[in-house]
Amino acid sequence: MTAPARRSCATPLESTTFVVDGLRCAGCISKLEHGLAAVPGIAAARVNFTTRRVRVDHLDEMGEADIVASIASLGFSAHVFAGEEQDASKGESRTLVLAMAVAGFAAMNVMLLSVSIWSGADGATRTLFHWLSALIALPAVAYSGRPFFGSAWAALCKGRTNMDVPISVGVLLTLVMSLYETAIGGPHAYFDSVVMLLFFLLCGRFLDSVMRTRAEDGVSALLGRMPIDATVLTSNGTATRRPIDEIAPGMRLLVTVGERIAADGIVLEGTSEIDRSLVTGESLPECASPGSAVLAGTINLLAPLTIKVTKAGGDTAIADIARLMESAGRAKSHYVRIADRASRLYAPAVHSLAALTFAGWLVAGAGAHQAAIAAIAVLIITCPCALGLAVPIAQVVVAGALMRRGVLVKDGSALERLAQTDTVLLDKTGTITLGRPAVAGALPDAPGERAALLALARASRHPIARAIEQALAGVEAAGATDLREMPGLGLAAVVGGVEARLGRPDWVGARDPNGGTCFRLGNNPVRQLTIRDEPRPDAAQAIRRLNREHFACEMLSGDAAPVVSALADELRIAGSARMTPDSKLAIVRELEASGRQVLMVGDGLNDGPALKAAAVSMAPAAATDVGRLAADLLFLGDGLMAVPIAIAAARRTMHVIRQNFALAVGYNLLAVPLAIAGWVTPLVAALAMSGSSLLVVANALRLRSAAR
Amino acid sequence: MSGLALLIPLALALGLSALAAFFWAARNGQFDDLDGAALRVLIDEDPSAPVEPDR
Repeated sequence: MTAPARRSCATPLESTTFVVDGLRCAGCISKLEHGLAAVPGIAAARVNFTTRRVRVDHLDEMGEADIVASIASLGFSAHVFAGEEQDASKGESRTLVLAMAVAGFAAMNVMLLSVSIWSGADGATRTLFHWLSALIALPAVAYSGRPFFGSAWAALCKGRTNMDVPISVGVLLTLVMSLYETAIGGPHAYFDSVVMLLFFLLCGRFLDSVMRTRAEDGVSALLGRMPIDATVLTSNGTATRRPIDEIAPGMRLLVTVGERIAADGIVLEGTSEIDRSLVTGESLPECASPGSAVLAGTINLLAPLTIKVTKAGGDTAIADIARLMESAGRAKSHYVRIADRASRLYAPAVHSLAALTFAGWLVAGAGAHQAAIAAIAVLIITCPCALGLAVPIAQVVVAGALMRRGVLVKDGSALERLAQTDTVLLDKTGTITLGRPAVAGALPDAPGERAALLALARASRHPIARAIEQALAGVEAAGATDLREMPGLGLAAVVGGVEARLGRPDWVGARDPNGGTCFRLGNNPVRQLTIRDEPRPDAAQAIRRLNREHFACEMLSGDAAPVVSALADELRIAGSARMTPDSKLAIVRELEASGRQVLMVGDGLNDGPALKAAAVSMAPAAATDVGRLAADLLFLGDGLMAVPIAIAAARRTMHVIRQNFALAVGYNLLAVPLAIAGWVTPLVAALAMSGSSLLVVANALRLRSAAR
Repeated sequence: MSGLALLIPLALALGLSALAAFFWAARNGQFDDLDGAALRVLIDEDPSAPVEPDR
């Protein structure tokens, strides 16, 4: 029933994955799946409740925006899941889970036989049981040990060593020694220890692989948003479609309504409005008239434009940002995960300890056989089961806790970096604010005016018109005739015999030309509408909490100074205005150079380089593709509280990880002297190994409520 | 000893069959969405809805 259903169709189907906010219960799953399947153009939808994603199989011609709209009409908010789909049934995780199953099966069955040996089976029975154990353990080790053997061999070939070398050496030596003991009918064989060890190690490895993300290429996703061709006007007035790499400065391009502009340029003819959200993250469209500059990657909203290309291809502003991001991402890859740092110390220590034990017993006059047994016991006892589980189990548990609070952790090491954060930089538009305009009071009161206003607003797809429409929900629209949308000016119509206008103040008839959007019905007084991008409902609260916890917070914005300082005062946060992608990146680099650990929270393409350069980064799930790909953590929903919650959870995680290390090392300190002294029997090894692993797991489970 | 000769292979065969079942389940994506699977039992299947064919 949970197998993903696929439908074979004559037409090729596209498959797109969306992150969905608002999934809470079985009803939601069925509503979303059945609702989407009923939409023409969608063949099937499959919800993954664990990861809060839905995979939609749809026809090619159905765009992502259409599907997001369909999901929204069902009452959920969704964003395209940028990045590689992580299918738990594929790749590394699956190899590890199958190896883990084999090791677990072998461990259980060998243990069954071992218990009878420990209870006193003797002579021929003991030898028979040892042979049976060998029969189970040998193929199991050959299958489940591959991840370790392969990696150890690769490291040795390069003349280096890693955590897998002592593991592989320990496993193989123990197997050989146990076989020898079995052959001579000796009392102790360690088959149970070997397979149990592999089982615990594989558990750690599997959890770790769940928390690692494959490299995602944000830059190519960004450039994938660029159009592949453009309409070029030749000197004799004919228009031809030309691929984007043939566009050169000086050419004239015709940009139709709804088309993405293919190159940076200057408007020659036409007046329209431009959606610059991909490049600047700004939600309100900007007016474009002859002489104004337009950027590649922005969308022409209202009327056809003719532009003269000034920069094309790799010289455009968007390509510059892509290059900045590529160079910014390099520093972050130098971070060494805490588990890797631990393993660097671990391998040499274990090998020298085992060698010293062997030498020590020989010096003390024991035979080679006895010395080898003691040395191998040291290898078994020091095997890093608890150490291997210490980090990933804590990260998996806390990632689950954060997921329930709407924070998606893309990579386990992000939690380690987040715990060290002392400085928080926040973008304004779309991060501190919701990133969509909303009407802040001051709508006309008279029912006639409200009805006329709604009639006008309904006619346009302009974000401000949408916001007005939303604010007037429940009002009956008046009948309007002669509706016109004037690019750069506004909307006009005849309502009830008089002219109604919604748009720029001077055009509507207001005396103050600097006011926001205005509305006027006939000769009634002009109504000034306050439209603004509201801060997230809990933004002030979240910033207060960050300040209380002694983080240095700063708001970075590309907007003009008055807007930024007004919001900064309201939220009591330092603010910098007129920031370009470069200057955001420069601030991050400067802070990091002075020893700060920066958390960058941003959503737009303009934040991309800073998100990449910062030690750790977060983005709202509603961010642009670039923001989502560059960030280490995503938060769903309208709340900014996710930021302090994630930091607090990350700090608790590091606390538990340190405790886990202490438990694992403490256990080794207790058990290793026993092993060196030669007192370790298979029973002691089994108890010590499972005991310490269970302790570490139990300790990590305390993190289940860490996200608060 | 004759009891062991029967019981040990039997125990191993049972264990192996469980292992085979796990391999099948993992390969069929039974563990892809554990939280969702727990909720899906609560969904009333609408008989008129198109049934998605299982592979």
